[in-house]
Amino acid sequence: MFDQFKTRAEAVGSEVYRFKTRNDALEFILQFLQKEEVKDAKDAYAVWYDGPFLAGIDKNELASKVSGLKFEVTRQNTADAKIGISEVGWALTDTGSLVSDQSSVASRLVSTLPAIHVAIIGSDRILDGKPAVFEKITPKSSRYIAFITGPSRTADIERVLTIGVHGPKRLVIIFVDELGGAN
Amino acid sequence: MSKPNFKESITAAVNNATLTGALGRFSEAYKVNRQKAYEGIDFEALRTTIAERKNYCATRLEQMADLFQKNAEALGAKVYRTNDPEKVKEYILKVAKDNNVKTVVKSKSMASEEIHLNHALEGAGLKVDETDLGEWIIQLAGQKPSHMVMPAIHMTKEEVSVLFSKAVDERLTTDIPRLVEVARKELRTKFLAADMGISGGNLAVAETGSIVLVTNEGNARMVTTLPNVHVALVGIEKFVEKFEDITPILTALPRSATAQLLTSYVSIITGPTENTDGTMKDLHIILMDNRRTEMANDPKFNQAMQCIRCGSCLNVCPIFRLVGGHVFGSIYTGGIGTILTAWFDKLQESEDIQGLCIQCGNCVEICPGKLNIPEMILEIRRRLVVEKGQGLVMKSIFSVVNNRSLFHAMMRTASITGKPFTTGKFIRHLPLFLSDLTDGRSLPAISATPFRDRIKKIQQPKGKEKAALYGGCLIDFAYPEMGEMIVKILNKAGIEVLFPSEQTCCGAPARYNGAYEVAANNAVDNIKALLKEDVKYVVSACPTCTVALEHEFISVFESLGQTEWLPKAKELSAKTFDFSTLIKKLVDEGRLSFKEGQKLGKLTYHDSCHLKRTMKVFEQPRELLQKAGYDLTEMFECDMCCGMGGSYSIKMPEISAPILQRKLKNIKDTGAPVVAMDCPGCVMQIGGGIDQDGAKVKVKHTLELICDQLK
Repeated sequence: MFDQFKTRAEAVGSEVYRFKTRNDALEFILQFLQKEEVKDAKDAYAVWYDGPFLAGIDKNELASKVSGLKFEVTRQNTADAKIGISEVGWALTDTGSLVSDQSSVASRLVSTLPAIHVAIIGSDRILDGKPAVFEKITPKSSRYIAFITGPSRTADIERVLTIGVHGPKRLVIIFVDELGGAN
Repeated sequence: MSKPNFKESITAAVNNATLTGALGRFSEAYKVNRQKAYEGIDFEALRTTIAERKNYCATRLEQMADLFQKNAEALGAKVYRTNDPEKVKEYILKVAKDNNVKTVVKSKSMASEEIHLNHALEGAGLKVDETDLGEWIIQLAGQKPSHMVMPAIHMTKEEVSVLFSKAVDERLTTDIPRLVEVARKELRTKFLAADMGISGGNLAVAETGSIVLVTNEGNARMVTTLPNVHVALVGIEKFVEKFEDITPILTALPRSATAQLLTSYVSIITGPTENTDGTMKDLHIILMDNRRTEMANDPKFNQAMQCIRCGSCLNVCPIFRLVGGHVFGSIYTGGIGTILTAWFDKLQESEDIQGLCIQCGNCVEICPGKLNIPEMILEIRRRLVVEKGQGLVMKSIFSVVNNRSLFHAMMRTASITGKPFTTGKFIRHLPLFLSDLTDGRSLPAISATPFRDRIKKIQQPKGKEKAALYGGCLIDFAYPEMGEMIVKILNKAGIEVLFPSEQTCCGAPARYNGAYEVAANNAVDNIKALLKEDVKYVVSACPTCTVALEHEFISVFESLGQTEWLPKAKELSAKTFDFSTLIKKLVDEGRLSFKEGQKLGKLTYHDSCHLKRTMKVFEQPRELLQKAGYDLTEMFECDMCCGMGGSYSIKMPEISAPILQRKLKNIKDTGAPVVAMDCPGCVMQIGGGIDQDGAKVKVKHTLELICDQLK
């Protein structure tokens, strides 16, 4: 199912990675932040929205490792950030989409305003399509259900596909086997 | 009467190479990509579900609105319902005033375009910015959207560059990614500063009080997240009853709209959520009627409520890709736009634009809501005629068509008066104002001896089995040799062919021009004539006539509420065959067979609109031609209209001509020396075009090509 998802997601411009352990994934993310030159300056911050992935991890220590990494998700922080990191609910193989309960405004800010959205998800959270995901998530319990399928795109000028008009220009999806059903 | 600038706007659009080039390329790519996007999906089953679920709501609008309101309000949203566009504007202005709103950001909402909301808000001193890139472009340009999904499809990057340069006060190049980046920066500050966000709604779910937003750019997520006030303006055609009903629509909408499996973002919003400052969102949902209930209660137009606003009817329309959206002159464009304009504005507003539809049926095949747009446009035509009367020229034509003997006498006269202009088989030039008719296409000469006279001289074996031949005007008067060949072929199968001389015009010209009473009279005359003797088959080699005999007589009677001739019309329908279907049946039964081992060379086939899309016949003639010994090479867009459309080519020559030119190019590109088709109208259009073009391609009806190949 992972391969099916990866094919579909990459077809719409997502970047897909998979790691066995949380540590491997964390290592990758920290390297990624370094490569993207995250620093303590406007338009260069990374904002990480807390979730089960970070359980037991010392965020202060992480923040001290990467200058410009913040865990406080505010309107201003995310507007000034280059990278937003959050966990997402499900991945769909039929369309390469991520589906989440984004009722909390913070989860929307980190996945909307920064130029790059890094989405973390347990490898066992892959479903085959909309009917399956609507078994898991419904408007009865979630006020803002969000489907995200690749980066922001437009073809409004001469039908030329252009990536990153208002939302993120890159969507980096990180599967973690060990995360299991934790999120 | 057409407004004088309507015809001018068509001519300007057709001659705008940028526009026709962009739209043409898009429509060609769309067809392929759409098909790919639907791979593995049972489209018929999907659209049947959508049509059923949407129709369910359309017949219970009040109940759906009550349910939606109850559920949304229980969660803290404020729901406002009105039929009146003015009340919508008043309401939004009041919300703005109550919240001290100065600036507004909007994500795409056709409902807001429909009521010219921006104008009202700006008039009250608010700063309003569209944030969908296409909408922002046309807002800067001071234009209306030309396509409901791709509002700025008519603009070039050069034009966009000029607009953006002015907006940001910086000289920009025409590099598209750079232009998009400029829009991102410019609009980002507006999102962050806005006091109110206004969105539309692609769906409204009654049982949960949810609205669903489908976008690619991410602007709807910003509009519904960053400002503290969110107003969603939703037309009540957007209702679905159950939450699970969104699945089929989310499956079809992106595939049909832009050939995507899913757009980048889908947001399902159910009640207010927290703002970034910790307060709760002030969420207002406006359920706007604006004559939708009236439309839903109209038996001919209630199907329009099944529309999911994907715009695919525009993407496959041979007319739209030539003229674009702006000739439609109002907010909603294309075939569906013509219908929505007739309702949301008024019937009169659609008078000019309804004439743009050539009735090819492309849109019927691909509509995910199962709308029959051409049928509704004919109904608009009919009502306009009822309301305003028929135009003078048309009136005099119909007084002729309505009178069988006068019609036939005039056709005979035409064979003589046409003479001075005839060279060989074609009329090349017509005098004065009629010259447009032969612009790019020669017309066939009217035959000196019509088929109705010729058949009397044919010696036929007296068979047990009889078929009545329905000639239609073209075979009877322009191509009588086709009629003779049909007799010859059916005789080979042992069938005697009768030509009931009381048969008259099939009524298509009258029907396509809204003159249903005339069409009904034609139907009665023909039913009497064709059922007079006990025949096994009624056969016609003109698909337009076949469709009339098989379907339209019945539907015209039903439209007019006439029941007297309905049973006979159904009896006739059951006996009616198009030429190729009947011949294939006779071949399959072993009553006709082809000479063996013929090598007749390369051939390409043009599908006629009525045969392919109404009769669903396209394999039969291909099989016959291949069995005869032709080597079939398919042309590009083989089933795209040739531009004939009956009297369409006379009323809209400026559109018909370029459609024909595309067809000719596609035929010539195959390199085949012969193009076959099953419609004498197409033979006339394409044959006339090839004659003026001078290409060495023979244009033939299938029956002409197989006649001598049958044993």
